[in-house]
Amino acid sequence: MQLTVCDLVQRYDGPAILDGLTLATGDVQALVLVGPSGGGKTTLLRILAGLDRPVAGTVAFDGVPLPADEAGLRAYRRTVGTVFQAYNLFPHLSALDNLLLPLVRVHGLSEVEARERVRGPLERFHLAEHAAKRPAALSGGQKQRIAILRALVVQPRRIFLDEPTSALDPEMRGEVLEMIGELKAAGTQLVMVTHEMGFARRVADEIAFVADGRIAAHGTADDLFTRPSVPRVREFLTKVLV
Amino acid sequence: MPRWLAHTIVIAALAGLLAAAFAAGDYTWNWAGVWEYRSLLVRGWLTTVAISLAALVASLAIGLAAALCLESRWRFVEAVGRVYVELIRGTPLLVQLLIGFYVVASAVGIGNRYVVGTLVLAAFSGAYMAEIIRGGLAAIPATQRDSARAIGLTPVQTLRFVIIPQAVRLVLPPVAGQLVSLIKDSSLLSVIAISEFTLAAQEVNSFTYSTLESYLPLAAGYLALTLPLSALSRWLEKRFRFEA
Repeated sequence: MQLTVCDLVQRYDGPAILDGLTLATGDVQALVLVGPSGGGKTTLLRILAGLDRPVAGTVAFDGVPLPADEAGLRAYRRTVGTVFQAYNLFPHLSALDNLLLPLVRVHGLSEVEARERVRGPLERFHLAEHAAKRPAALSGGQKQRIAILRALVVQPRRIFLDEPTSALDPEMRGEVLEMIGELKAAGTQLVMVTHEMGFARRVADEIAFVADGRIAAHGTADDLFTRPSVPRVREFLTKVLV
Repeated sequence: MPRWLAHTIVIAALAGLLAAAFAAGDYTWNWAGVWEYRSLLVRGWLTTVAISLAALVASLAIGLAAALCLESRWRFVEAVGRVYVELIRGTPLLVQLLIGFYVVASAVGIGNRYVVGTLVLAAFSGAYMAEIIRGGLAAIPATQRDSARAIGLTPVQTLRFVIIPQAVRLVLPPVAGQLVSLIKDSSLLSVIAISEFTLAAQEVNSFTYSTLESYLPLAAGYLALTLPLSALSRWLEKRFRFEA
């Protein structure tokens, strides 16, 4: 994918959270957004995922601009997947039903086709034995992996992940990151906000450093981590990498 | 101790106390007089059942519609919902019945007092229902709507598959309580001369001068409706239970 963001502005009753953000990536498979809290990473990701409309500015993937109306955005959201930090799953549905809901209600599969579709992925990620459980009976890592699967089984063009490991215990982070790593290896396109710098460095084709509502720096992992030329980035990295 | 046993003991103790109180009161029972008018009581009870059932269904529909109004983004729709809820909750049912029957119904040409009574009762209960349902909807975290939008559900699908199934669990106990109130509030319909259960008991009392014998069956008759409702609510609560 090749992402072009031009003069993006976003604000919710207050100062601008995105303040003329501009970014043009190369043709990448995995783009990672990093930066300080409150810098605008999540706001940017929500716009990219078609969940929020910006106040001004444009976004285009592979030259195709995002729709500007809610109906168009809903159609767009059906072609991508989104995973939030936490509380993704519907607590009244079993893990399996969480996976089936979008397939049956949004993508028009029959119940049988949908079950067929999710069986393989559930097994591949060792979640088949937990399929009948409600989210409350799953560990944080299992919940997040089911949420990633739910985004994946609709065969999206790309997946957006908003700090998918931030709400997890360290031991569960590993299993979720490993799954994301496998997706990358399998060719899935990813846009991910994360504080896991080591992981970002491993999977990202390009990293964008978002701070104060703009892109403070942008390049390959090596560019950013090994030779951080921007003082803001250097300062951030020395804080998070110790 | 099993729950049924605890319940039985409490009920037996209560019955004993009541019996002792009645015995101490030196009251002469006259059940025979009331028995003569039993068909009046049965007809009244059946009327109450019918009106309550109809008003119950209607009040849930009105309550849901009004709750959606209260949550509406459009100021005007929200205002309609808010004025309705506050006006109805803030005034006595008695006044609503009188105005509903003598003013509104005759203006729009509904002559059937049973229909008017049922509608006013449903509108009265619906206002309370609206706040209960609105509270239930508002208690569903915003992240659930986000997740629903992210997988591409439409707003209506989001309500149907995500919000309402979760809200039902939250609102069941207060809704059941409101329905119990509705059944008892139907007794006020006697003021527009609807021969429901309470009016029947009043009539039996005026024919027989046997006050307790007329009103004790009234209490039993209402309990016969409200207890199964409570039981149903508890059963539904179990069915919809899940940990959030």
